[in-house]
Amino acid sequence: MLLDVRDLRVEFRTREGVVRAVNGVSYSVAEGETLAVLGESGSGKSVTAQAVMGILDSPPARVTGGRVLFQGTDLLRLGEEDRRRVRGERMAMIFQDALSSLNPVLPVGYQLGEMFRVHRRASRKEARERAVELMDRVRIPAAGARAGDYPHQFSGGMRQRIMIAMALALEPELIIADEPTTALDVTVQAQVMDLLKDLQREFGMGLILITHDLGVVADVADKIAVMYAGRIVENAPVADLYKRPAHPYTRGLLDSIPRLDRKGRELRAISGLPPNLLRIPPGCPFHPRCPQVRDVCRVDPPPPLYEVTYAGRDAEAVRAAELMPDDPSALGRASACHFWKETVGE
Amino acid sequence: MPDQARQPLGAQEDATAEGLTAGASEATPEPGAPHGLWTDAWHDLRRNPVFLVSALLILFLVLVALWPGLIATGDPNHCELIRSLEGPSAGHWFGFDTQGCDVYTRTVHGARASITVGVCATLGVALLGAVIGGLAGFYGGFWDAVLSRLGDIFFGIPMVLGAIVFLSMVSLGGIWPVVLIIAALGWPQIARIARGAVITAKQNDYVQAARALGASNTRMLLRHILPNAVAPVIVMATIMLGTFIALEATLSYLGVGLRPPTVSWGVDISAASDGMQFRNAPHILLYPAGALSITVLAFIMLGDAVRDALDPKLR
Amino acid sequence: MGRYIVRRLLQMIPVFIGATLIIFLMVYALGDPVTALFGDRSPDPATARALRAEFNLDKPLWHQYLLYMGKIFTGDFGTAFNGQPVTDLMRHAFPISLRLAVVALVLEMLIGIALGVVTGLRRGRAVDTTVLVLTLVVIAIPTFVLGTTAQYFLGVKLGWIDPAVGPDAPFNQLLVPGLILCLVSLAYVTRLTRTSVVENARSDYIRTAVAKGLPRSRITVRHLLRNSLIPVVTYLGADIGTLMAGAIVTERIFNIQGVGYQLFQGILRQNSPTVVGFVVVLVLIFLIANLLVDLLYAVLDPRIRYA
Repeated sequence: MLLDVRDLRVEFRTREGVVRAVNGVSYSVAEGETLAVLGESGSGKSVTAQAVMGILDSPPARVTGGRVLFQGTDLLRLGEEDRRRVRGERMAMIFQDALSSLNPVLPVGYQLGEMFRVHRRASRKEARERAVELMDRVRIPAAGARAGDYPHQFSGGMRQRIMIAMALALEPELIIADEPTTALDVTVQAQVMDLLKDLQREFGMGLILITHDLGVVADVADKIAVMYAGRIVENAPVADLYKRPAHPYTRGLLDSIPRLDRKGRELRAISGLPPNLLRIPPGCPFHPRCPQVRDVCRVDPPPPLYEVTYAGRDAEAVRAAELMPDDPSALGRASACHFWKETVGE
Repeated sequence: MPDQARQPLGAQEDATAEGLTAGASEATPEPGAPHGLWTDAWHDLRRNPVFLVSALLILFLVLVALWPGLIATGDPNHCELIRSLEGPSAGHWFGFDTQGCDVYTRTVHGARASITVGVCATLGVALLGAVIGGLAGFYGGFWDAVLSRLGDIFFGIPMVLGAIVFLSMVSLGGIWPVVLIIAALGWPQIARIARGAVITAKQNDYVQAARALGASNTRMLLRHILPNAVAPVIVMATIMLGTFIALEATLSYLGVGLRPPTVSWGVDISAASDGMQFRNAPHILLYPAGALSITVLAFIMLGDAVRDALDPKLR
Repeated sequence: MGRYIVRRLLQMIPVFIGATLIIFLMVYALGDPVTALFGDRSPDPATARALRAEFNLDKPLWHQYLLYMGKIFTGDFGTAFNGQPVTDLMRHAFPISLRLAVVALVLEMLIGIALGVVTGLRRGRAVDTTVLVLTLVVIAIPTFVLGTTAQYFLGVKLGWIDPAVGPDAPFNQLLVPGLILCLVSLAYVTRLTRTSVVENARSDYIRTAVAKGLPRSRITVRHLLRNSLIPVVTYLGADIGTLMAGAIVTERIFNIQGVGYQLFQGILRQNSPTVVGFVVVLVLIFLIANLLVDLLYAVLDPRIRYA
């Protein structure tokens, strides 16, 4: 397994109290695999990713438990210097807002070349050449001429390509893309997504795609983890999840977007707001918004991840579950709902 | 002396986990609702020790300025040369100055002139600056260019420099020429802030919407734009108030500000500093200078605290 | 860039004219230089008339101003009432004040930025709190009190420095006066740098730099400082005006015979040509300094458009 996150917990100490952003998240990504992490803002999906990268602002953030196994090494136990060497070199991150995520006062060529200067001790000239190569690779027109330009001189789509180029620079084994297309125009979104997908295939990298957009996920991801209130509420291979959601929250998400295969059906939004992480409701954190809520959902503790089985379930997924019995994320399907059977329709 | 960029920039609050506490309780205040902004600010201020200490100090100083007789019954100009430079003693805690006047009485009575200069100059600066800057920002175009250039002209004359020239020429004495020249030279700093705030407010979506709905200019200015521009002006004015009090002292030290028999901290400090009079009697410098410094500090801290509370970015 | 400079230079013209006109009016409309020249004696009417004619004081004010500005552009700042050309005074005074200003600016930049960076990076720690309190104290105590006490303790009591600066004002004698002159600005530079560092440290691009696996030192120097110092540079430009005005106080305390000293003497003696001449040059320096800072700002921050 390339990346194996186990029971990760992250808190923020704020003036208002302790914000429990991540509460025991487990997921895994294999070489060349794409995991989509789905959730509303505040579900803890970005914080989990930042904890994996080791770029949380601490204070106020604190990792309070769990393991981040990267090719077998627990990154949380590494010293700061060893951790730094992993970043950029072996795992890289693409951020949502390329405009604010790129340094506004340095030319993009410099910011790209910096990767080679620092990690590969390349000369100034060599770094510049590699930067232009990279820009070419992410299909930026006239790359050689534009390397000296500043981030604000590029369009949104081009800027995001630069972010992608920066992440790809050292050909890392894992890329984490945090809402890479959210800030872009719809037409550009598809281009950037395709580029990312192509490059991933070319390099054989593992990819974690963080998004709140179910539409993006369908044709890119291999498997999906749905997050809610700092927990994973459902884990599934991508096709399965669309066919048979096993958690009321996932079902709510699916019902709220238009789909070709459900023509004529009414769209429904999930009522209510995501929980305040200072005061996560007891029991199932989703219960105040759940259409299927029962009394048991309102009492603690939150439901565990149940293994989801049903007739005709993918045989491969069953095998995966047998291979790694102690890792819930390795299960082909899992749902944190007491009543997953009703939800999945079995 | 304060310049536009010279806003003391104070301690910032710890970063909160932004975006994590998304939820009903974190609903951002309705844009442009001054009510929300001020209520939140007040909520913060009430628990901020810096604000409480500086506000209490200022309250005390203002009371002393209004009724100095409450805590110092003597006449500040009653002096006995025979007691010149006598040190502190029972009944005369702060000792006597060169002229043999009681330093305690003079320090207490000095509050009035210093604080009056500070308050009146600030009022003048804030009114002039807010009106001119607000109009420039609101109407834009030609009037903006003219008013901004006018501001640049006054901004181009360093404050102390202009004040010295003016005060040495009018040679009237008393606090009003000092107030007048500070207001005349100080307003561009407030005007720049007010102009910026008005332009920012004008660009807000809800103001654009109000305009699209046909709100009149007056209504726009009063209902939507003014409440947003007031906060930064108040903050800057509070901080400037402190520096104006210090400026009065500097001008008095240079012999062009307030002059005896006016009783002010500046006059006393300059008398004590001149020719190092304080060499053998540090108390004649210590008390008026201390009172002045504490006053300046109180206003600067108050401004800092209010700014921190009003700045949603730091929240 | 070229067009931007030209536009800014053109904008400077009305500002320069306006500012000098105000000073000119203050001196010639509010005061009566000829009466002042005679002090308490009442001047002999004939002499007064002759003097007025010689200095163009019998003409309307607007005419006087035009004549004056016309002469300035030929390098003639007029003659002080004691017969000395104002340019002579300037030639002696400006180099001294320039040295003082350089000392002050360098100290202000080095110490202020260093303190600001240290406190910004160690926000909330003991160093931070101590320095912040110190900056407030420095801002609150009037410069002339700090100046005279420093002069007394360092110069008179301890004898570490010369209490008065010699007529040549060498650099080493200007260290303490320069420090006193820039102390308040230094406190502001510290606070401004600190806030800027704190703000930028939280920004997305710093997070990116961390995610790139750059070493701490590189993140701090190449990314954090580079961005944080932009507002500080603008501040330093506006501060030149403060330093010039502050020099009047500092030069008086340490008896430095620079611009502030000459100007102050000119004011005391109501020597109008001296006062107006010096102030005009100071205003010009201030405007040029601000222009240079604006240009520097545009170079430092590529986002600024030369619109």
